[in-house]
Amino acid sequence: MSPETHAVAHEPSHHHHPAALAHHFEDLGQQSEAATLGMWVFLVTEVLFFGGLFLAYTIYRGWYPDAFAVSSHELDIVLGTTNTIVLITSSLTMAMAVHSAQLGHRRKLMMFLSLTMLLGLAFLGIKGVEYYHKFVEHHIPGPTFQFEEKYVREAQIFFSLYFVMTGLHALHMIIGLGIMIWMFIWSWNGTITREYSNPIEVSGLYWHFVDIVWIFLFPLLYLVGRHLHS
Amino acid sequence: MSNHIVPLRTYYLVFLTLIVCTAITVAVSFVDLGRFNVVAALGIAILKATLVVLFFMHVKYSGKLTWVVVAGSLFWLGILIVMTAGDYLTRVRTGTFG
Repeated sequence: MSPETHAVAHEPSHHHHPAALAHHFEDLGQQSEAATLGMWVFLVTEVLFFGGLFLAYTIYRGWYPDAFAVSSHELDIVLGTTNTIVLITSSLTMAMAVHSAQLGHRRKLMMFLSLTMLLGLAFLGIKGVEYYHKFVEHHIPGPTFQFEEKYVREAQIFFSLYFVMTGLHALHMIIGLGIMIWMFIWSWNGTITREYSNPIEVSGLYWHFVDIVWIFLFPLLYLVGRHLHS
Repeated sequence: MSNHIVPLRTYYLVFLTLIVCTAITVAVSFVDLGRFNVVAALGIAILKATLVVLFFMHVKYSGKLTWVVVAGSLFWLGILIVMTAGDYLTRVRTGTFG
């Protein structure tokens, strides 16, 4: 199923067609539309996947607003904000990558894919540092958990949600990095062309979605009751 | 759906807006707005997400089928949250999560 190195695109005829065109599609345009739609339908399932966790968060925060505020304050707002900016920038570089692919600018495409991956790695690195802080401060739910007596039960619910939601998000980032490596290889070996730039667009949709999840995670986890403590 | 090429200037503008919104959401979180802190935070997040969906994900330039699928996901998410929250909120008379 892998397209050949030199994808030649011209009007489909009975005798030859673009290497990237699968036989059950009419032409590359229709194939691209189908692929994009397929990714969108998958993202719908992802909305519900994360949606369930956001729902759990909603209920528990409604029940324990004070515990959530106190717990949220224990997260590093500088690192959280930095990571938000890192991901937003990675979405920009991803959009630039798609743009370059659409214009057939191979080297720019590779550069922007690399930048996107670098930013993704930076995000995971900062996340790792944050997780380490939580470990050192005894904020990992379970037998080692330490917190002020008044909130010790509810704070563990907050941190459970924190680790599961950011952990699932980080897993999606790692998968995204894998996809980008794949796209980088395809960009490098000539599979991606001006006519066949759709894989970059589809990969971009996934990446932007992961960014959007963080756009909601950040305020809900890091910015609860920030005004209550100095 | 088209292979519409979005001008780079649009991307830069969206990016700047997203950064500014991030700064605003952080700054506002330090101001006591009571119940409206969460409204502001979610409102800004929804605005940011909308910008990413429309411009970075090209939905603004996409066909109706894409719009329907995106709207569908929001509709289902809406049912999930509204129905469940409605359950919990109506278990006690006070209309709180009790």
